Amino acid sequence: MKYVDEFRQPELISRAADEIRRLAGTERHYRMMEVCGGHTHAIYRFGLKDILPQNIELIHGPGCPVCVLPMGRIDDGLSIAQQPDVIFAAFGDMMRVPGTQGSPLEHKARGMDVRIVYSPSDALKLARLNPDKHVMFFAIGFETTAPSTALTMMRAKAEGIQNFSVFCNHVTIIPAIRAILDSPDMRLDAFIGPGHVSTVIGCRPYEWIAQNERKPIVVSGFEPLDMLQSIVMLLRQLQAGACKVENQYKRVVPWEGNHAALRAMAEVFQLRPYFEWRGLGFISQSALRVNDKYAEWDAEQRFQVPGIRVTDPKAAQCGEVLKGVLKPHQCKLFGRECTPEHPIGALMVSSEGSCAAYHSYEHRKAAMVTSLTSIA
Amino acid sequence: MCLAIPGKIVEIASDNPESALVDVVGVRRKIDLGLLHDDKPAPGDWVLIHVGFAMSKISEHDALDQMNTLRMLGEIDGAMQEVKGYGLDDQGDDPDTDDADAETGDAGLSEVRMKDGKVN
Repeated sequence: MKYVDEFRQPELISRAADEIRRLAGTERHYRMMEVCGGHTHAIYRFGLKDILPQNIELIHGPGCPVCVLPMGRIDDGLSIAQQPDVIFAAFGDMMRVPGTQGSPLEHKARGMDVRIVYSPSDALKLARLNPDKHVMFFAIGFETTAPSTALTMMRAKAEGIQNFSVFCNHVTIIPAIRAILDSPDMRLDAFIGPGHVSTVIGCRPYEWIAQNERKPIVVSGFEPLDMLQSIVMLLRQLQAGACKVENQYKRVVPWEGNHAALRAMAEVFQLRPYFEWRGLGFISQSALRVNDKYAEWDAEQRFQVPGIRVTDPKAAQCGEVLKGVLKPHQCKLFGRECTPEHPIGALMVSSEGSCAAYHSYEHRKAAMVTSLTSIA
Repeated sequence: MCLAIPGKIVEIASDNPESALVDVVGVRRKIDLGLLHDDKPAPGDWVLIHVGFAMSKISEHDALDQMNTLRMLGEIDGAMQEVKGYGLDDQGDDPDTDDADAETGDAGLSEVRMKDGKVN
């Protein structure tokens, strides 16, 4: 494996790893949650667990939007697209996510008009190009993608494009963190804060975590050195008894966030009273719906939506894995019935899902341990 | 969907100040600048792009850093696939294909997308 060669600044990584070992000592066990799915992917890809001392445990958080979407929402979206002359448009991430009757890709094979788009504005473009069809954009994502959906809807309204709607599944990260902190079986010492979500929301929304919950949080970049530095910053806070929001990813994340993006979200969306998260259950005020000003472009107001609720397969333990109570490989289905090729749970679908990340890199672990010991 | 793609603004559309041509390692596509309303970029500036929208202005140094991060994460192919997909270039009736570079002429590309398409 070439991972280690690809690390930049190996001497800084080595120094950060030494500092982590020094700070962590051996007396205490530290549980830190990385909130973002991108971090989860990076942790497995870079084999960071093998660099970290054993008393630092990384818990994978809920920050993979595909993974936390309940199956019923996929069924609801597909049921709209089953109506005549409707085009189902979604990001590629969604295409293999299983609904009760199969994934969007499987529906496409059965004749549904399913299109991959790489931007919500291209879903709108599809609507312009297909005036005799209705294009429904299946929107997912945290605050990184929600502003783009919002601005696209503002453009649809400004242009008076009527054959376009959004099936909105946008979720917000803060209530999910709150739900995890409220969960009785969850004990955490600190958070590695999401990188690109924070580009939009800034660092202020995390202040309650530090002030009220007394947990340090460091917004982090995605490179190995970024994450190790973030862990150093968290350990320093924990040792000093400090609880602050710190920004390790200053080169990308402004403390105040992106106001234009927040304004676009405020123009188009409002908070849902509650929304179901896979594995976490119903969380109040944790997701966005389209407000009445944009009702004409809201698929849920425009079409009959069955409101399907699907219980996850009993044997699958996605919820426990999502909350960090179980490690991916401790799920009964992991690597047997549920694999990246044939996912049963959504955590196995996206490369940002902890099960898929674990599955992809676990078998390379032995090789990495050998090479990493040379730098760590 | 957490990862952003760095691109350099090549030009801003004369008829639409919120539409810009960006260059991402040689691939040029139109992106939307509407979410940088408070801090408008100019040609030559670097931006981080999420799903076809510029989300923040960054330095050239940080843009190259971000590209390196994508490379280390094994996400370069996915990122380039995303960028190439902006503007629906795989739709035969797309009026904007003039911007598309030669690489997108690959007949197998849309097939690959159906298998592996993902947005980070």
